[in-house]
Amino acid sequence: MIRNRSSMIFAWALLAPAIIYVTIIVAWPLVETFRLSFTDASLKKVTNYVGWRNYTKIFNDTFLTVILRTFTWTFFSVLLKMVIGTCGAVLLNAAVPGRHLFRILTMPPWIVPMAIGIFMWGWMYNGQFGMISGLLQRFGLVDGPVAFLAYGTSAYWATIITDVWIGVPMVTIYFLAAIQSIPKDLYEAAWTDGAGRWMRFRRITLPLMAPAIITMSMLSLIATFNSFDIIWILTRGGPSGQTTTMIIDTYQTAIGSKKYGEGAARAVVICIFLSLFCIAYFRITRRLQTIGGKE
Amino acid sequence: MALFRNENIQMIDRYRWWEIIGIYAGIALFLFFLLAPFIEGFIVSLRPLSQLFTSPYSFIPENGSFAAYAGVFERLPYFLRFVFNSFLISTVVTIVVLLLVVPSAYAFARFNFRGMGLVLGCFLAVSMFSGAVLLIPLFRLMRTMGVLNTYWAMIIPGVAFLIPSAIWLLRTYMARIPLELNEAAYMDGASQFYTFRRVILPIASPGIIVVAIVTFIGAYSQQFVFALTFNSKTEYMPLPIGLFAFFGKQEVIWNELMAAAFMGIMPAVVIIFFLQRHLVGGLTAGAIKQ
Repeated sequence: MIRNRSSMIFAWALLAPAIIYVTIIVAWPLVETFRLSFTDASLKKVTNYVGWRNYTKIFNDTFLTVILRTFTWTFFSVLLKMVIGTCGAVLLNAAVPGRHLFRILTMPPWIVPMAIGIFMWGWMYNGQFGMISGLLQRFGLVDGPVAFLAYGTSAYWATIITDVWIGVPMVTIYFLAAIQSIPKDLYEAAWTDGAGRWMRFRRITLPLMAPAIITMSMLSLIATFNSFDIIWILTRGGPSGQTTTMIIDTYQTAIGSKKYGEGAARAVVICIFLSLFCIAYFRITRRLQTIGGKE
Repeated sequence: MALFRNENIQMIDRYRWWEIIGIYAGIALFLFFLLAPFIEGFIVSLRPLSQLFTSPYSFIPENGSFAAYAGVFERLPYFLRFVFNSFLISTVVTIVVLLLVVPSAYAFARFNFRGMGLVLGCFLAVSMFSGAVLLIPLFRLMRTMGVLNTYWAMIIPGVAFLIPSAIWLLRTYMARIPLELNEAAYMDGASQFYTFRRVILPIASPGIIVVAIVTFIGAYSQQFVFALTFNSKTEYMPLPIGLFAFFGKQEVIWNELMAAAFMGIMPAVVIIFFLQRHLVGGLTAGAIKQ
């Protein structure tokens, strides 16, 4: 590390453009959201301060349901991403012919524009002609066509599955990297002592992957909590609001109904939750660094 | 010793026949989940519209053709423009991100002054807020700047949310460049800026390339909410929004939608597959460090 006066000026000069940019485009709008949340801003010319009214107004039953739904939706999505990602990483780590090709084939959901992947899921979920309903009927598991996006519960799970689908490739590649960084000697020693494959996975792979799993689930939690595109394209929060998460609700209020003030209050609530996740994330990663001593 | 070790590793990695079947079955299931929508989409794109809406469901299209692919150009006169817009927006975003991130990643990797940790923390916190939360003030900001309904309305906010992860990735890379290089340059009388430009940048270029690829993918694959909200001019729409308009209609022309999706993503997919070797290596390098 270099420390003297001229290099300090140089360092801040290097940082300045990015800091200024992020301040204008993110920090200022964040402050502005807080201010707007105390106003009745809308398309009208005049904007008045209304105190806490927007907040008292939103804390009714439907909003609490929306908060709860957002949390369960996020929880199941992150859980599935972690489980499928771990399985995928272990499978792709196996020394079998063709593994390089398989690794490449995991990437499309991640690199293709999200919206386009979601269009394709929209067709998959179609009751009359979609693949899922079609295959279920073929195998005799359901009697008639199932329109997955038309019913609350199935639409809820359908949007989760699509979110998992988009998140899994990144999680898998990250976990694969974590597995490959585990020293081979450990496996060798365990193997010499007669530990079977499952034992080696449970006692070596899983514990040493734990930091990666924790880091990724926190990052994934934040991304999933913010998820907008999937629900908006597939259901727009419907049927009858049963897939409306906090982000969708905020968008509908602010952009759909042009109630900027009320929308801002909802956005503030989201920001508070996100800040809590953010603090938890920093705490956890710091603790992991001190325990693990990993670079 | 080394010889034994290799033998051991080979023994450990030797599977019994049923284990191999299990692994391949698992991989097949995993890849089917990830690729099913593309397979389905491709089959749909080959079918004539009249045949799409038939039950019972069948996998193989009868008298399939590429007619839908030609139909796209008639129904969506702006189709190629959408593809171009997607590329243009992602490219400009990537360039701006690099211009902002390369100097600051270097600063974070090399200098350690009071307050820098806090600034880094703030940058990372930014990545936690999605654009969707800040849409209202961002909309007003874009209006004040007079960029609504232009490419800039999609580029400017896009950049801001891609800066944090790019800084994080590049900082880890640059921290590994030996400090001796800075010292040697200093001894030879090079200025700070000269050292940065002539010594550090050339060495860091592989890392910069990785960050550029990751940023480009981010910019390319996440074009939606800003384009949906800040732009209403058809000629500036990126591909996902252009197709979304197609998707939202009462009667969706599914086979053409799928054909358009495949044609639209093909150039990017081909480019990214050529670059993926760098990508996996780079992500791994950045990831392990965390």
